[in-house]
Amino acid sequence: MVAVQVDGVSKRFRRQTVQPSTTLKSAVVDFLRGRKVAETPSTFQALKEVTFAVPGGQSLGIIGRNGSGKSTLLKLLAGIYRPDHGKIVVHGKVGALLELGAGFHPEFSGRENILINGIVLGLSKREVRQQLEDIIRFAELESFIDEPVKTYSVGMYMRLGFSVAVHANPDVLLIDEVLAVGDEGFVQKCFDRLAAFRRRGKTIILVSHDLGTVSRWCDAVVWLEDGRVQEHGMPQRVIDLYRRHIADQEAEAAVGEHLRIAEEVNQAREVETSNRWGSREVEIVSVKMLHTSGQERYVYQSGEPVRIVIHYRVHRPVADTVFGIALMRGDGLWCYGTNTAVEDIALPPLGEEGTVEVLLEHLDFVAGTYYLDVAVHAMDGYPYDYHHGLYSFTVKSDLQEVGVCRIPHSWAIKPMIAVP
Amino acid sequence: MRTTFQELIRYRALIQTLVLRDLKARYRGSTLGLLWTLLNPLLHMGIYALVFSVYIRIEMEQYPAFLLCGILPWMWFSSALFMGTTAIIESGSLLKKVVFPPQVLPTVTVIATFINFLLGLPLLFGILLLFGVTFGWALLALPLIIVAQFALTFGLTLIVSAVSVRYRDVPPILGHVLSFWFFLTPIIYPASSVPERFRALLSLNPVTPFFVAYQEALLYNRLVSWEAFGAMICLGVVALLVGVLVFERLRWSLAEEV
Repeated sequence: MVAVQVDGVSKRFRRQTVQPSTTLKSAVVDFLRGRKVAETPSTFQALKEVTFAVPGGQSLGIIGRNGSGKSTLLKLLAGIYRPDHGKIVVHGKVGALLELGAGFHPEFSGRENILINGIVLGLSKREVRQQLEDIIRFAELESFIDEPVKTYSVGMYMRLGFSVAVHANPDVLLIDEVLAVGDEGFVQKCFDRLAAFRRRGKTIILVSHDLGTVSRWCDAVVWLEDGRVQEHGMPQRVIDLYRRHIADQEAEAAVGEHLRIAEEVNQAREVETSNRWGSREVEIVSVKMLHTSGQERYVYQSGEPVRIVIHYRVHRPVADTVFGIALMRGDGLWCYGTNTAVEDIALPPLGEEGTVEVLLEHLDFVAGTYYLDVAVHAMDGYPYDYHHGLYSFTVKSDLQEVGVCRIPHSWAIKPMIAVP
Repeated sequence: MRTTFQELIRYRALIQTLVLRDLKARYRGSTLGLLWTLLNPLLHMGIYALVFSVYIRIEMEQYPAFLLCGILPWMWFSSALFMGTTAIIESGSLLKKVVFPPQVLPTVTVIATFINFLLGLPLLFGILLLFGVTFGWALLALPLIIVAQFALTFGLTLIVSAVSVRYRDVPPILGHVLSFWFFLTPIIYPASSVPERFRALLSLNPVTPFFVAYQEALLYNRLVSWEAFGAMICLGVVALLVGVLVFERLRWSLAEEV
C-alpha cells in the first residue's frame, strides 16, 4: 500500500524582498496612479515536477544541497503549503517535525506548548493530558516545563518537539534535519523511538545532510537538485551518485578558484604584498597542480600522485638559482618543504623561460585543506619571487585519520595462545 | 466556505486552549488583573463624563451610564479588530511549522475579547442601577444585538488578520481608523442630538445601529425598529460571509508570507 504519493508537484514562491507593494499605503498609491501592480513579481521555482511514492512502512530519505527544495517538499507533504501544480496524497495522520521548535509559541510555557502542539498534531485534549508526563519525561525537561519556551536552548526545543511528535503517534512522520542538534544520548533515544515506529509499520520521511544517517535508516532515497528529482532509488546507489556529484562540483570550483588567484597574482605582478615578494630577476609566472591524467585539479584523494608545475621566466640572468616548494596545513602548520639546493639537484641553464616540475608520488596527507608555497631564490636566500599561501588544495580521505600525514604502515595482531 | 467553519469546529479544543491561555495571560501577569479590565472602561467613562458634563457642561441625564453603554461594546469591537491585525503575524512560527487552519487565530482573538466584554457586563448593570436606571423587557433584545455584533466583529477581524500579513502597515493604519471611527459613532453623544443635516453621515456609519440599539435597550427600555434589527443582522451576516471569502482567498499565502 502506498502511504505517500507525490505526483508532478511544482511550487513557485514570490521573492519577498522585491515584492511590489508590501505596504497598504504604497498599494493604494500605486492604484490611484493607475500603475499596474508592478510587472509580475519575481518568483523562483522551488520544486519542479516532483514525482515519487513511498510504500507504507518504508523510510524515505531526502537529500540534496541547501536550496534544493527539500524543506519546501516536506512542508508541502505536511500540508503547510499547497502545490501550484500536481497532487499530493498522504494516507493517515501526518506528524511533522519541521526545522527547530516544531511550531512552539515562544511566550507560552513548555506545558502549554505541549497541549497546543498535541492538539494541533491531532490528539484530543484528554489524550494529551494522559501523556503529558510521558512527554515531559521523554524530553528530559521536568525542571523547565513551566518556563516559557523562549528561554529554552536549541537542544531543549528539539527534545520537546520530538517528544510531542512521537507521542502523537502519527502514521507518517516527517522529520527535517532536527536530529542534528540533539546531544548524542538524546539522538540515540530518538532513533530508538524511530526504530520502534518503523517496526509498527509507520512511514518516515527524513530530510538530512547527514548521509550516514540516511544510508543507515532509509529504505529509499530521493536526491533533489534544483527542485527536481535527480535520482530516486536504493540508498547506497543514490548517495554514492550524490557524493560523486558534490565532489565533481567542488573540484570544478577549486580549479576556478585557483585560476582566479593565478589571475590576481599576474595582475599584481609588480606589487610587493604579504603573499608575494622578491626582486623578480626570475619570475614565477604560474603554478599548477596536475592529476596523473594531466588535468588541472585541486581536490585529491589522500595518496594520489600530484604533479606541481612551475612556469618561470628569467628577466635578468642570475648567478645561482634555487627552486623550492613548501606545503602548509590550513592552520599554518608547515608540513613539508624542500628545494633544489638541499636535494643537490643540478640546474641546467634556465634559458628565458621554462617549467620546473615536482612529482609528489603519494600525497599522503590526512583529509583537510592545505596551501602550497612556491619560491625561487638565490643560494644565500635572496628572494627572486616568493609566492606564499596563494595556492590551496583539498585532500579528501575515506579514513578518519588524525595528524598531518599518513606514514606507510601495516598492523599485525598476535594473541598469545593461552595454555588451558 | 463550509470547510472554514468545519475546521473551526474540529479544532475547538485548540481554540479553547488558546482562548484560556490568552485570558490567563491577561489576568495572571498583573496583580490588578481582572480589576484592570473593569477599570479601563470606567476610566474612559470617567474622563468623558468629566470633559463633557463638567468642562463643556453638556446637559444630559445619566450621562456616565449612557457613556458606558457604548464604551463597553466599542472596546470589544475595537480591541478585536486591533488585536486581530497581529493575531496571525505573531503566531507565524506556529503557522510555518505545523499544520493547522489559520482562521483559528483570529477566531481566538474575537472570542477572547468577547469574553472580556461579557465580564464587563455586570459592571455595566451595576453602574446603570447606580444611576437609577430601571431595566425592562427590552433587555431581552440584548442577546440579538450581541450576536449580530459578534458576526460583524468576526468577519472584519478575519479580513484584517489576513490582510495584515501581506500589508505590514495595516496595524498602525487601523489604529488611526479606529480612533476616528470612535468619534463618528454615537458613543459619547446620542444619535438624536446630531443635526438633521448630518444624520445621513451618521447612518453611513455601519456600526451606528448597534450602539443606538444598546443605548435604547439598556437605558430607556426601548426597542429600536425592526428595520434597525434587520440592518444589524444583515450587516453581521454580510460581514461574516465577506470575511470568510477574503480569508479563504488569502489563506494559502499566509504560511508563505507570514
